[in-house]
Amino acid sequence: MSDGDDRGTTRLRALASMLAALLTARALRDAFARRRQMRRVPSPGPGSVPRSRSGSGSGPDSGSAPRSAPGSRSGEDPSQRELPANRRAEAIVAILLVGAGLFAFGFTVVYAAAGASTQLLGIALGGGLALLAAAAIVAGKAVVPQETSVEQRDVLLKEQEMEQVLEIVESGGEGISRRTLLAGAAGLAGAGVLTAAVTPLASLGPDLDAIHQTAWRRGVRLVDDQGRPYSAEDVQIGAFYTALPERGDPEAFGSGVLVVKLPADLIHLPPARRDWAPEGILAYSKICPHAGCAISLYRYPTYQPTSVGPAFTCPCHYSTFSPGEGGRLMFGPAGRALPQLPLMIDGERNLRAAAAFHEDIGPSWWSVHRGQS
Amino acid sequence: MIVARRPPRRLARTMRLGEERLGAARAIKWALRYVFPDHWTFLLGEIALYAFIVLVATGVFLTLYYVPSDTQVIYRGPYDLLRGEQMSEAFRSVLDLSFNVPAGLLVRQIHHWAADVFVAAIVLHLIRIFFTGAYRKPRDLNYFIGLTMLMLAILEGFAGYSLVDDLLSGMGLAIAYSVALSIPFVGAQLGYLIWGGQFPGSSDFFPRLEIIHVLVIPLALAVLITMHLAMIMRHRHTQFPGPGRRERNVVGTPLWPAYALRSIGLLLAVAAVLFLVGGLIQVNPIWQWGPYHGYLSENGAQPDWYIGWLIGALRLMPNWEPTIAGHTLIPNPFWGGVLFPTVVFAMMFAWPALERRVTGDYRRHDLLDRPRDRPVRTAIGAAFLSWVVIIFAVGSTDRIFVRLHIPYEEQVHFWRVGVWLLPIIVFFATRQTCRWLARTGSHPLRAWEGALIARRPDGGFEVLADSPEGPGSIESGPPIGTAPGQESEL
Repeated sequence: MSDGDDRGTTRLRALASMLAALLTARALRDAFARRRQMRRVPSPGPGSVPRSRSGSGSGPDSGSAPRSAPGSRSGEDPSQRELPANRRAEAIVAILLVGAGLFAFGFTVVYAAAGASTQLLGIALGGGLALLAAAAIVAGKAVVPQETSVEQRDVLLKEQEMEQVLEIVESGGEGISRRTLLAGAAGLAGAGVLTAAVTPLASLGPDLDAIHQTAWRRGVRLVDDQGRPYSAEDVQIGAFYTALPERGDPEAFGSGVLVVKLPADLIHLPPARRDWAPEGILAYSKICPHAGCAISLYRYPTYQPTSVGPAFTCPCHYSTFSPGEGGRLMFGPAGRALPQLPLMIDGERNLRAAAAFHEDIGPSWWSVHRGQS
Repeated sequence: MIVARRPPRRLARTMRLGEERLGAARAIKWALRYVFPDHWTFLLGEIALYAFIVLVATGVFLTLYYVPSDTQVIYRGPYDLLRGEQMSEAFRSVLDLSFNVPAGLLVRQIHHWAADVFVAAIVLHLIRIFFTGAYRKPRDLNYFIGLTMLMLAILEGFAGYSLVDDLLSGMGLAIAYSVALSIPFVGAQLGYLIWGGQFPGSSDFFPRLEIIHVLVIPLALAVLITMHLAMIMRHRHTQFPGPGRRERNVVGTPLWPAYALRSIGLLLAVAAVLFLVGGLIQVNPIWQWGPYHGYLSENGAQPDWYIGWLIGALRLMPNWEPTIAGHTLIPNPFWGGVLFPTVVFAMMFAWPALERRVTGDYRRHDLLDRPRDRPVRTAIGAAFLSWVVIIFAVGSTDRIFVRLHIPYEEQVHFWRVGVWLLPIIVFFATRQTCRWLARTGSHPLRAWEGALIARRPDGGFEVLADSPEGPGSIESGPPIGTAPGQESEL
């Protein structure tokens, strides 16, 4: 049948144009250039809808009829409608869609293959979506009818209607004599219900006393994260060590302490703390009193004449504390000194806490116990 | 060549099925003809919306694997470097998702990237809204909804990456706890309330955080997005001034078919970019950070970008911590962690009313301003933006120190002053630039130079306009929507 032959030729031609489009990099540019030329054609004027050849989508009430705004200057009606009839763009869209489908199927193939790689999965689905996006955009810009239309905005405030609503609402209160009493009673009921609704929040927060407690008290041994006790000989000048309380919860906020050893000439503790640092070994809370991060930077002077001395620095906001001076703040936003833990060395040369912290560890709050220094 | 086609009857049959039950034809017709003005900046909000869609889709997948538990377990999975490490079940579940679940890492990385894009698109959208005056009546209400969504988006992002319980997110939670504690009088109670005790909190904390991240905030966002879009449709889009465009009308492309295709194209493009970066560019490699323990931290810790402004504020603040009668009145993290974001958002919320009062302009506006036509508003916006951006940049001073060897402490000392001086300079520079642009009518990017002239009958020349559009044109005239005698630079 000749109809079948025609369709065959059309298909062949479409395939050829697809291939041509695939081969020429200028195809896409041309497609858009054509559209631009098209858009320069002015619309036939207000009141009339340009009839598309297909006849679809442009009934007399389709709404695309541009209504010129009252008082608009003449010659400024931007309404227009163009039919692209851009076969090349159609071919490009078809190619993009086919490519998108292949990529998307590729995702399933990669997924099914053993050791599905994140990269290939991403390329498959991302690439498929990218081609699909390109297809939609080319179709939207060069295949379907291009239209600029004008719509009027609604007037929002309509006095008359508002008055009617107010009248209806107010008429609902007609004949009520004890307004104040009712309003007061309703207010009381509302307040009661609201209070009841928020009361269960109180069960969320436990008792605050624990905030002052840590696992450190007199005699608790300092151990490392494997539970091995630190001996005085383990601690070398120039390095810093993280210690935890033996048999204490390592995850508790106040558990971690910093341990360093300084030569005597770098130690200038307040008089009350003179025996807190046996053999020059000092311990401080590892939790920054600014915002609760663990302090993990230790600066030890390698060349004394130009250095500002040993320092602990918090990597979050760079509060810097002096280990030789009882944790005095040297720089940064912390509002308190770094809490110091008094140490002692037992008969087996192991490090032990000589007492609990004398102040609160961790960030400040309304009733935080601040140190003396 | 082109064969006329009959309208597809199958569509008519389907439509009839629905119409007999819903009678939605009128609403559908209205939606199909809804006009979208064309300007690329109008797509920023759409990008945020589409990133949200990707976030929901990927997020649902992630919730199927995440375990909100702080129970300490030993890792025995395939990642050698962490095998035998003690970690929370939450962290292990995310490691397993990343290493054991096919496409798990892909989805997690897409989700993380999408969150970064989501907040970025909202911020850029907000910047466009501000500098074009789109927040003015009747859209001020919608602007407030947008600001609320920005706050929620930042909270949501923070909650999301905190769920993982890796070393970096644990440090972030420690800071959040400290910021909660820093609120005067009630801070400690509030912190205990949220965490169920002293940091790192009770075993209730991660389930709470998960519900907030996967249900409470997303639901709030979904409701607010719906309200945002409904209000946009009620007002219809704003538009820039142009031929035929006035306060009372809206000129653009109808939804069907061209705009729908373009917008679907944008949705797919956003998804494509997120899938590609999610597959190809590593983000938040938690196995490198390792599990969180309160006594550990890592150096060079940087949060996701949208938390950077708060980190910067916390770092920049001097160590003020006033005490009164043995009580700590204002713990230091309050300044940067509570006061600073409160001030930033309060100023943005207050702006529309403030502007109405100062200019006395209480009218409805549907046409957008060009930023240069409102030099004072643009200058205030630029100064405010520079203030926030400087504080944001201070969050990276430690990286600048590592990369460029500019001493950290000197940077902080410099910016403690610069953060107040530079915005003042930006204010005057922007105002002058805007006035100059408005006067000359030149376009900063297209660089028009010259004048439109006409020859008079007597042979001389007459300058018609400094700009190509001619006198009284929208481009060079007074700001559209400004009544005579009410011209304002704000």
